[in-house]
Amino acid sequence: MIAVQHPVVPPNPRTVPIDAPEHCPGTESELAGKADACAGCANQEICASGQTKGPDPALPFVRERMSGVKRKILILSGKGGVGKSTFTAQLGWAFSADDRLQTGIMDVDICGPSIPTILGIASEQVHSSSSGWSPVYVQDNLGVMSVGFMLPSSRDAVMWRGPKKNGLISQFLKDVDWGDLDYLLVDTPPGTSDEHLSIVTYLKESGIDGAVVITTPQEVALQDVRREINFCQKVGIRVLGVVENMSGFVCPSCKTESQIFKPSTGGAKRLAEEMVVELLGTVPLDPRIGKSADYGVSFLDEYPDSPASIAYLDIIDRIKRILGD
Amino acid sequence: MASSETPVTRRLKCIKHIIIVCSGKGGVGKSSVSTQLALSLHSSSPTARVAILDVDLTGPSIPRMLGLDGHGVVQSSDGWVPVSADGTEARLSCMSVGFLLKKKDDSVVWRGPKKNAMIRQFLSDVRWGDLDYLVIDTPPGTSDEHLSLLEHMSGVHSRLSAVIVTTPQAVALMDAMKCLSFTRTVNLPILGLIENMSGYVCPCCGEISNVFSTGGGEEMARREGLTFLGSLPVDTELVTLLDAAEVESAADSEGVSEDPAHGTERTFQLFQQYQRTSSSKLFKGIVDRIIDRIPIVEEEQQPHGV
Repeated sequence: MIAVQHPVVPPNPRTVPIDAPEHCPGTESELAGKADACAGCANQEICASGQTKGPDPALPFVRERMSGVKRKILILSGKGGVGKSTFTAQLGWAFSADDRLQTGIMDVDICGPSIPTILGIASEQVHSSSSGWSPVYVQDNLGVMSVGFMLPSSRDAVMWRGPKKNGLISQFLKDVDWGDLDYLLVDTPPGTSDEHLSIVTYLKESGIDGAVVITTPQEVALQDVRREINFCQKVGIRVLGVVENMSGFVCPSCKTESQIFKPSTGGAKRLAEEMVVELLGTVPLDPRIGKSADYGVSFLDEYPDSPASIAYLDIIDRIKRILGD
Repeated sequence: MASSETPVTRRLKCIKHIIIVCSGKGGVGKSSVSTQLALSLHSSSPTARVAILDVDLTGPSIPRMLGLDGHGVVQSSDGWVPVSADGTEARLSCMSVGFLLKKKDDSVVWRGPKKNAMIRQFLSDVRWGDLDYLVIDTPPGTSDEHLSLLEHMSGVHSRLSAVIVTTPQAVALMDAMKCLSFTRTVNLPILGLIENMSGYVCPCCGEISNVFSTGGGEEMARREGLTFLGSLPVDTELVTLLDAAEVESAADSEGVSEDPAHGTERTFQLFQQYQRTSSSKLFKGIVDRIIDRIPIVEEEQQPHGV
């Protein structure tokens, strides 16, 4: 049920051939043309000749599209379900509260796109025009692109291996008519794999301003987050800071704060000290955040006085300050 | 039976049931459910032999949860020896990419084909021995790891089944639905659905808060005609237990040589402490339902069953 609707054009044939075998190592891979899977592939000769190992032909197009984008920020976390998409959405809403700023959100979580639901635009579709795919607008100055807009039904699974996911990511960067943006926020899937490598490769030339790493307080999550920071260091992305989500829970009945996910090893605070990154702030666990995400409304607008909103806004201010905006 | 024997089918011949734990969404508790499933299956019978394979290559959590952080894998003439989680009893073993890392904070930055190769190796090169259950913990999504797993295990498809884990909120259910579509496309039978993090009991006043909403999993199971295996509330005791903060010393020891004494002591504690948590009681019901639902496999596929 690999279902992507018209008008999505197939990925650039030189990046991943349409007729590539299932295990295509990717045309830029060292194994291109030499892997077992390449036997019998129509493009084997081209791949083996080394022609494809030059820079990706999509790069100049990406560079051109991205030339109108001032700030590119990645939202990362090694761990899933820690609140990357929720944070991305809050960040988007907070930036777009300023009428003078144009913000874009790009959701590269191909297998589990949550951004459309969280922003309340799950039923929208992508339209294409002569200048490219137009993003779905939540409001005038907040455009969104996600694979979620391309599926006939939200039940459909996108069962894609890496090369196909990379193809779509390159299209999100070069074929989407983002226009001039002040901020482009990139929401990523958990892990350190194809999607992350692709986004870093494609944006390398135009420059990534930094990454915000999201975590929850327990060690099982921190372990994965250390790996993610390690990844950022390996590929040379500046870590703007760490946000600790779901940190403490205030019982609505007795108002006592308790720790659902205990920071048994010191939480994000200690992690930030160990890895020498900034702790941007901690956001308490508030069931209304999840509810707002389910209904697709802005938590910051709905509950502006809640401690979580204050924490979010504080973090967003710090991010702006670090970026020098 | 498979038409031709592959290294994977040869290796998995002596395994009676393979249970894949999956969920479209990350952080819903796949690894904690896998761990609990393995522990509960282990105690479901005094002779049950269980193993757990962690194919979350870029975020392996199972070693930490079983208190095996810092252990290494031993290479033998007959393949990799999995790490034993219950010491000399050797009825619960575990394999994860976490055991292969030199430093535990190292990131594994791999694209699909490398992940595929690693999974094939896990399935064909690990010396599991005779097993009643192999629990496979998967990463979030429906991508390379999942496709590779099913592809390599196509020869033993009749012994495969899956458990879907979700949390109750709509955003997670949507991804769980995608996961279900995936299992339907690849013809993977579903044993049932578990709703995790359903409610949190305030330790101060006992009030139950639905931190991530509640009932969504049960509703989805009914709508989709799946067996609802049960719901698990957030259990801070369990979170702390699986977070296992006290085993730091073992992590410093050398990657290759494991320290059996330490491991045994720590896991005895884990087994005992787990029995004391409220989750273990709830999970017992879930495991009973799972065992009930596991299809009986024909004798010919169980060489030691005769």
